[in-house]
Amino acid sequence: MRELLAGLLQQATRRGATSADAFVVEDQSFSAQVRLGQVDTVKHAREQHMALRVFVGKSVAAASTSDLSRESVTRLVDEAVSLARVTSPDEMGGLPEAAELARQVPDLDLHDPRGHDLSPEEKIDLARRCEAAALEADPRITNSEGGDFSDRRARYAYATSHGFTGEYATSSFSLAVSPVAAANGEMQRDSWYHIARKRARLDAPEEIGRIAARRTLRRLGARRVKTAEVPVIFDPDMAATLVRHIAGAASGPALYRRASFLVGKLGERIAAPSVTIVDDGTMPGALGSRPFDGEGLPVRRTVLVEQGGLRSYLLDTYSGRKLGLPSTHHAARDGSGVSVSTTNLHLQAGDRDPADLIRSVKNGLYVTELIGFGVNGVTGDYSRGAVGLWIDNGELAYPVEEITIAGNLLDMFHAVEGIGNDLVFRDRTAAPTLLIGRMTVAGS
Amino acid sequence: MLARPERFFADRFGLNAGTMERLLGGTLAGRVDHADLYLEYRISEELVLEEGGVKKAARHVSQGAGVRAQSGERTGYAHTDDLALPNIEEAARQARAIADRASTSAVVAVGADGPPHDLYTLAEPPIAADLDRKLKLLGRVDAEARSLDPRVRQVIATLGSEDVVVLIATPSGWTVGDVRPLTRLNVTVIVEDGARREIGSYGGGGRVAFDFFLEQDRWKRFTGEAVRQALMKLDAVDAPAGEMTVVLGPGWPGILLHEAVGHGLEGDFNRKKTSAFSGRLGQSVASELVTVVDDGTIQNRRGSLNVDDEGVPTRRNVLIEKGILRGYLQDRLNSRLMGMEVTGNGRRESYAHPPMPRMTNTFMLAGEDEPADIIRGVTKGLYAVNFGGGQVDITNGRFVFSASEAYLIEDGRVTRPVKGATLIGNGPEALTRVSRVGHDLKLDEGVGTCGKDGQSVPVGVGLPTIRIDRMTVGGTQV
Repeated sequence: MRELLAGLLQQATRRGATSADAFVVEDQSFSAQVRLGQVDTVKHAREQHMALRVFVGKSVAAASTSDLSRESVTRLVDEAVSLARVTSPDEMGGLPEAAELARQVPDLDLHDPRGHDLSPEEKIDLARRCEAAALEADPRITNSEGGDFSDRRARYAYATSHGFTGEYATSSFSLAVSPVAAANGEMQRDSWYHIARKRARLDAPEEIGRIAARRTLRRLGARRVKTAEVPVIFDPDMAATLVRHIAGAASGPALYRRASFLVGKLGERIAAPSVTIVDDGTMPGALGSRPFDGEGLPVRRTVLVEQGGLRSYLLDTYSGRKLGLPSTHHAARDGSGVSVSTTNLHLQAGDRDPADLIRSVKNGLYVTELIGFGVNGVTGDYSRGAVGLWIDNGELAYPVEEITIAGNLLDMFHAVEGIGNDLVFRDRTAAPTLLIGRMTVAGS
Repeated sequence: MLARPERFFADRFGLNAGTMERLLGGTLAGRVDHADLYLEYRISEELVLEEGGVKKAARHVSQGAGVRAQSGERTGYAHTDDLALPNIEEAARQARAIADRASTSAVVAVGADGPPHDLYTLAEPPIAADLDRKLKLLGRVDAEARSLDPRVRQVIATLGSEDVVVLIATPSGWTVGDVRPLTRLNVTVIVEDGARREIGSYGGGGRVAFDFFLEQDRWKRFTGEAVRQALMKLDAVDAPAGEMTVVLGPGWPGILLHEAVGHGLEGDFNRKKTSAFSGRLGQSVASELVTVVDDGTIQNRRGSLNVDDEGVPTRRNVLIEKGILRGYLQDRLNSRLMGMEVTGNGRRESYAHPPMPRMTNTFMLAGEDEPADIIRGVTKGLYAVNFGGGQVDITNGRFVFSASEAYLIEDGRVTRPVKGATLIGNGPEALTRVSRVGHDLKLDEGVGTCGKDGQSVPVGVGLPTIRIDRMTVGGTQV
């Protein structure tokens, strides 16, 4: 892979690029879906692609291909260079300074080569056990969208014309199941999952199946509620979606385009003092970790929000230059160029037992699922469809559906009144249970 | 035209009718119910203008083969992006290894279901149009937007084009190909007025040539719409919260149909009986004023296809006729298992994905009401004319779609603009509350992309002005 990249960059320079960077990815994946105990779909894949970005003077262009043949490489270089000759020059463009590049590629323990050593039958069996545990949990679980196992291994190599070369391998394994419960003519679906970089760290299939069944069963008997302004508690997965909205608004490209409700807010209070949000790309074995960012800069731990104050944006080199700030090493590289992405983004745990948070609410909503795209990243206005449980006198009383919750993200983060002690990394973004003092719930 | 994909893969990769027959007849033949091979070659281009210049330009080539073998309810699928014959053979072996275990029947010969359409033959596909003309158009969009209002602070214009060549072959020996052009122009503006800041977006496209954007000054209209929407939102008041009468404008608000009924009528969910519409064929699921069709055969539309991704010619399928549920959207697997006809709705994002039942262009037929009368008849309600995305929970039928441009209706008049709000309803119920249908059916401009199970495909929607007597609006104003 290194030779391929070196050849690609050399050829780009020969064809007139003043600087360039490139990556190659090779990956192999497998997934199995079992439905009602029978194999439904099994997928095998082997893929590779490479991408090149070239600068001609101050202009930039990119090209990518899944064909790694010699002729294709030549075509890739030609296309990128000729595109870069017609795009607009940009003084802020270019690779990061060589001095900023990562000097070494730390081993973050992201690979589990032996974890993949399972036969297709054994993988199918994991999916089957996961689904079976859900189906057996209760006679009201009558159907299923299936149990899934998937694994993927990938090798990624990145190089620049000013001397950086790095590569690393990753693994990931996931198990999920979506049971369907029925009672009194009503049908409900929910799901549960786990994703890990090491197969041995995957939750037991039976555990995932049982939790999925419990989540599905508790939705039966769902009602609507009357429109009201009430406290809203977000379960950890739903609280994580709010943290993602903050990260989206704090990302460089949204900021220099002035398409963010956090424009000009650096250093200001944007949340209750109990809120601290961190992005840490260095956590060993974690799903969002990477040894260097999409431009070859060393990944690190960034405090985004500290005790309610906005401490840092999320920047790559270009958006940093546009804003007069250094990169925070959050570049993400794809076939079209460079953008910004988070690593292991999380809201730090508080000290409240989640059950206590629920008990502290007299009349309110506990949200377990959100649907729709009703978030305006420019204003922070927020309105989404919600599913959850109604809290009556501190108890989870009954399931609710066909309601929306609405507010403004800045108001919501200012109104955080309680943070759970239940932070668990189940995905790249994580949060504990979160209590927001007041939102509008629209129903009947 | 139809010979083109075959010749393309033969010339470029040495994959001719003979090699494919050997592959399908050898590795895949035997005890499977269905097997097919899908070859795909895709070139795409993306040009992005921001801050007055085209700062992002990218071209991508992707190619690959997907091999599928099915028996009973099981599907084995393998894909490779290396189109050398040994790799495709290996993929075929993997696909078959899964499918062929418990099978009971021999290969069912699936005939080609009639000739493909010819819906988007272009003299010059958009990907091949002159780059300078494209860059110039983006520059004009920028200048136009800024000239419309001094509060326009940022203009982002994106022009995407692609050309996809596909070839589908089955063991029964038939192959069908398609060449699919697609293009889209999107304009996003950020406006600022004092401390208030808003965003507006508009765009369009289809399986059309680049000149489409210049004809009738479409680019100018898209730009003007983006600016108008952003400025309108600067003055928007908080949206109301709770149940009320909702009037949807024509065109893109047809996303209602896509979420409320379309997904729930896809064959896979109904075969598995996990849809809120399962087992309801022949029953009333909408008011008598409502007829909904999914039509993949409309000339040059974004959601149209000459053949679906299983080689079945697309059709005009009536889903709901005068309120009665008439049909599902099917791919080969689900139609076979349900004993129903294929409908030309087997679609996939690319060779890396197995096909499944998907929508094409989904819309409601026009009624007889005068749109202005529909609004005049509402004492208090919401008039929503533009939307962002939507989503649905197939199993309980609850769906949402988010209004990006909406107004209050007070005493029969459209009054103040309100902030974006999500509308929520229940699929099998929402259309029973449609009490007026306008004569102004409009299809959307050609920007829709539908996501299902991790696969995105281009789709279209359409709607006349309609009145829904009761729906929950997710604003903040109690």
